[in-house]
Amino acid sequence: MIKKCLKAFYIGLILLLLYAPILLLAVYSFNESDLIGTWGAPSFKHYTALFTDPAILGMIGNTLLLALIAAVLSTVLGTVGALGMFYCKKRTRTAISGVSQIPIINAEIVTALALAITFVTVGMEKSFFTLVVGHMVICTPFVVLSVIPKLKQMDGSLYEAALDLGASPAKALFKVVLPQIIPGVISGFMLAVTLSLDDYIVTSYCKPSTFNTISTYVYNATTKGNAHTAETLSSFWALTTIIFVIILAVVLVANLTGRKKKEERR
Amino acid sequence: MAEHIIELKGVTKYYDDNLVIDNVSFYVNKGEFITFLGPSGCGKTTTLRMIAGFDIPTSGQILLNGKDISLLPPNKRPVNTVFQRYALFPHLNIFENIAFGLRCKKVVNTYQNENGETYTKTERFSKKEIAEKVKKALAVVDLEGFEKRSVSTLSGGQQQRVAIARAIVNEPEILLLDEPLGALDLKMRKEMQIELKEMHKRLGITFIYVTHDQEEALTMSDTIVVMADGVVQQIGTPTDIYNEPANTFVADFIGESNIFNGTVVGDKKVKFCGKTFDCLDKFEKNELVDVVVRPEDVHMCTPEDGKLKGEVISVVFKGIHYEITVQVGRFEFVIQSTENRTVGETIGMNVSPDGIHLMKPKYTTNVFDGTITKRNTVEFADGEFECDVTQLYPNSRIDEEEYLVTETGERIDLTGTEVRVEVGLNDVMISDDETAGGTTGHIISIIYKGDHYRLIVRTEESEEDFVFTSADLWNENDFVSVIIPKEKIKLSLKHTEEKKR
Repeated sequence: MIKKCLKAFYIGLILLLLYAPILLLAVYSFNESDLIGTWGAPSFKHYTALFTDPAILGMIGNTLLLALIAAVLSTVLGTVGALGMFYCKKRTRTAISGVSQIPIINAEIVTALALAITFVTVGMEKSFFTLVVGHMVICTPFVVLSVIPKLKQMDGSLYEAALDLGASPAKALFKVVLPQIIPGVISGFMLAVTLSLDDYIVTSYCKPSTFNTISTYVYNATTKGNAHTAETLSSFWALTTIIFVIILAVVLVANLTGRKKKEERR
Repeated sequence: MAEHIIELKGVTKYYDDNLVIDNVSFYVNKGEFITFLGPSGCGKTTTLRMIAGFDIPTSGQILLNGKDISLLPPNKRPVNTVFQRYALFPHLNIFENIAFGLRCKKVVNTYQNENGETYTKTERFSKKEIAEKVKKALAVVDLEGFEKRSVSTLSGGQQQRVAIARAIVNEPEILLLDEPLGALDLKMRKEMQIELKEMHKRLGITFIYVTHDQEEALTMSDTIVVMADGVVQQIGTPTDIYNEPANTFVADFIGESNIFNGTVVGDKKVKFCGKTFDCLDKFEKNELVDVVVRPEDVHMCTPEDGKLKGEVISVVFKGIHYEITVQVGRFEFVIQSTENRTVGETIGMNVSPDGIHLMKPKYTTNVFDGTITKRNTVEFADGEFECDVTQLYPNSRIDEEEYLVTETGERIDLTGTEVRVEVGLNDVMISDDETAGGTTGHIISIIYKGDHYRLIVRTEESEEDFVFTSADLWNENDFVSVIIPKEKIKLSLKHTEEKKR
């Protein structure tokens, strides 16, 4: 009994320590004060500010647009790459898969700097395009990484069976191979979206100066010497809370449906 | 004469540097049930894959109805395959699985317009046609009403049937079956064997079947192609293959057999196990032969009446018969009989002339290409052996500086000389100790010959084979080193020119 209590206490303590900072923000987002530490009357003031500030709304839109475009492109690129790699000869495959995973291991700042220098060298102005390219560089390897296991799980003779039944190679790919690896493609896409959404380093090196995503905006806003009012800053409390709630909901739904599917299969 | 639906002409296939199919030629008659039989890795599946179009032969031709299809992609060949692990599409239901091939196909239909002129149109099958064909195919495999089921809810046997239905619904000219019953249990396998055979009769399609199960091959086929090591060993009807095996490999692989070394001692007379027997095969007098006696062809009798006499050393009950092992002098005989005997009993045995089958031995000696290296050793088959180089020149000797001195007193440096190396079947020994011999390799074949084993060791790099006899039992795939005594290596010069000093 005591052992059980201790176990629960330990887990509780860890979770509390993990989430205390976010909870603090969440709690303060529902009051009037602009400073943490002074408790004003409860209100939705920060939420109203968040949804009425055109600058904030614009940069949220930018972030989502960038994440979607980069994720779609890297999913296509990564899936095609994984397919190509999988059907290569063994030696070529090992070589390519090794090289393709370098951006994952490499320090992000190195990748970011390298990208920025490359853009300058080829004479490309920083634009939305360079930003998408930068995000694709970090996202694509993760897509490859999540598609390859699905290809390995697939019965190798399925593709041959489709050809044998008269399907052209393209038809066999879309009608037979793709449906087998689609879970991997989707999880690769989700990973890409997440990576793109919260990326700061590569974004700040590849973005044009007038363009901001949530992470660069928050960073700039909280850096000393920027003329942001306390009001803008405190509206981020609301933003943080909303993002946290959305993520929590997504994770819960994903876990619950996953469990249901498993039970059905049994 | 029956029509050759498919013909292989000198087909050779390399995977990277590995030779898997070596110059295979044969034909298949239209409507035949033909089986490729052989141990795993013998090239039977590769041959099937080349007919299906998944592999392209390195050289040689595959002819379908007389036309070369060697380079045609699989989706353009009128051939369908039943895969070893079924390869059903898990994301489609049974109906869609079977309809897959029909949906890919285009047919030429003829129509008449209002002026009475006929015209043709290339169309896909209509929904109704597809539904009808799928229903018919499901009926053929006894799975009526399974259209809406998903693949994962089916048992192995049912999945097998769906795989067959998916192939035959396209009305292929040839149906290829790659060990289709391998994953089923024994009882189900027997049932499916009969069903497949009946299906073959009913549909009239040519079946090409791949298996390593000799019983399956004997039960189902019209013709069997026995393969080993990428080479066709024998082609014939099941009766031919069983009763008249072409060599010891076929005799050993198909059914049980007693294999002995024998000598022809007269017209249709052969001597083995120390006794002379009448036989039906005609060979030259004094020719050395391999003798095959099937266990069921050995008749037991009283010790007085038997030509051979021996002591029973083991009896195993096998259900339909007893398997009795008898020691006759140095030789072991295996007998299959419905009669029982007790261990230790002395019995007599007779073999009638039609129970004795003689074969020309495939191997009589080992021949290699070699090169003389420094210190008067010879290099061949991935190794270096000590040898006596003086046999290359009559009356020659080796001087103190290790040069060869000929009869006339000429000094010759033999380094680099190419020679023909010959080693007799009884002159090779093997050892577990990898460093004991001149070269190393894996045992690839073991055949018991009554009182000794005939082994084949293959070296790793250049894949040279050593064939030899041994009294000891080894295991297939053992890694061994090959020892050949110095005096047993026979050398002869390949070129008349030699380097002179």
